[in-house]
Amino acid sequence: MEKWKKWAVPAGLLLLLLVFWEAAVRINRIPLYVLPAPSQVLRSLAEEGATLAGHARVTVGEALAGMAIALALALILGVAMDAFPAVKRGIYPVLVVTQTVPMIVLAPILIIYMGFGTAPKILTVVLMCFFPVAVSFTDAMGQMNEEYVQLVRSFGAGKWKAYRLVKIPAAVPGLISGLKVAATYSISGAVVGEWIGAQSGLGYYLLRVKNGYMLDKVFACVLVIVGLSLAMNGLIRLCQAAVMPYEKEKRP
Amino acid sequence: MKLEVRNLSFSYGDRKVLEQVELQAEEGEFVSILGASGCGKSTILKLLTGVLSGSSGEILVDGMPVRGMSEHFAYMPQNDLLFPWKNILDNVCLYGRIHGSLEEARKEAMENMAAFGLAGYEKSYPSALSGGMRQRAAFLRTALCKSDILLLDEPFGALDVITRGEMQDWLLSVRKRMNRTVVLVTHDMDEAIYLSDRILILGGRPSRVKAELSPEMPAEGRNRDWLYGQGELRRRIHREIMETESGKEDRL
Repeated sequence: MEKWKKWAVPAGLLLLLLVFWEAAVRINRIPLYVLPAPSQVLRSLAEEGATLAGHARVTVGEALAGMAIALALALILGVAMDAFPAVKRGIYPVLVVTQTVPMIVLAPILIIYMGFGTAPKILTVVLMCFFPVAVSFTDAMGQMNEEYVQLVRSFGAGKWKAYRLVKIPAAVPGLISGLKVAATYSISGAVVGEWIGAQSGLGYYLLRVKNGYMLDKVFACVLVIVGLSLAMNGLIRLCQAAVMPYEKEKRP
Repeated sequence: MKLEVRNLSFSYGDRKVLEQVELQAEEGEFVSILGASGCGKSTILKLLTGVLSGSSGEILVDGMPVRGMSEHFAYMPQNDLLFPWKNILDNVCLYGRIHGSLEEARKEAMENMAAFGLAGYEKSYPSALSGGMRQRAAFLRTALCKSDILLLDEPFGALDVITRGEMQDWLLSVRKRMNRTVVLVTHDMDEAIYLSDRILILGGRPSRVKAELSPEMPAEGRNRDWLYGQGELRRRIHREIMETESGKEDRL
């Protein structure tokens, strides 16, 4: 009952908005190139399903590859920054500054350097995903209870063994929070890369249908992007349940 | 093993905490260090384990000087510091994991689970256990160290009065099984009287050993009734502690 109520309000609001939207388009005879009706968007989504699926596969591949690279980089750099304060002092501010450069500026430059293949798209994803993962991982290690480290050290563990036994596992919840943020960025990152220059992928498709003023297809593609971003987020939640089974056993 | 501490002094920055502390514990002896909060009791244990450094004086184990981290001491902090991401069995086998003898540690742990009141909880995560059980698990983890001297830093300080009493009874009953030299740090007078062969009272500013008392050991062993009959000893300890505390006030 409670759960049903929780969902009823947002779902009802959304439905109301869609009905209003549909009615507004039909009554005012708004042309397709200005605003498509929701029913038209759904029809296009069904018609273009196979094409969209093909492009989505390319985009998801780039997003996953970028996420994997970002994760590996964040783990290595996170441990390095935690172990050597000089590394942290040197790199951390640079990391923050790189995040302030708009991706829409960087993406074309990457294409100039790396060509029109998948490499610049993956790199765009890496650049967008690396920061939240690295920061949340490093912060989680920095904020952990130092007594845990003292305990394993007093049990005879060396510096690196202490990382493996305590510091990295203790930072996993923080790492996963960062990955959740990164996962929702990853699809958009790949789309931005494809938008700038590509032969396939959702960004390429989006650019093509936009230039043809087929706004129903643009909206259909956006729906796919939203769905995939949520799915990436869900994937991280699945990983969380797999690597953190102890969370479920908590006493109420 | 026999522990001897000579002339131990230590400062946090400009503030001198310990002044020429002397401490001995014979093989198999249970020695308590009793004192008010903030008197530097825990600092002594941290110096022994090597977690803190920069003290003057000597620490001898069986006549051999010890510096820095050493394999002679097994440290147990006030917080259980169990790893939330490991089940109880893996948690208590920490020493074996660090020193590459995990299988042996597992076997030994399973033999001791019942005596430590943890039978049936081997595969549970710490979050599913009560405070008293977690503390017993931390005890087992410390007892499974191959070190000969156990350093207990207010091991029951975070528990409620009833659970604390149960844990003290339990510790009294497993002392023989552990068969180690024990140094217990506590601010609980009854706990010190109930468990110790010898009590050292720490006080003053900076702290030094003010008095040394040996509660009797009745032939039939100690129990709660025996403890309630120790009025004279409690009065004496109280007097000693209050003297050192009022002395501190004068100097402030």
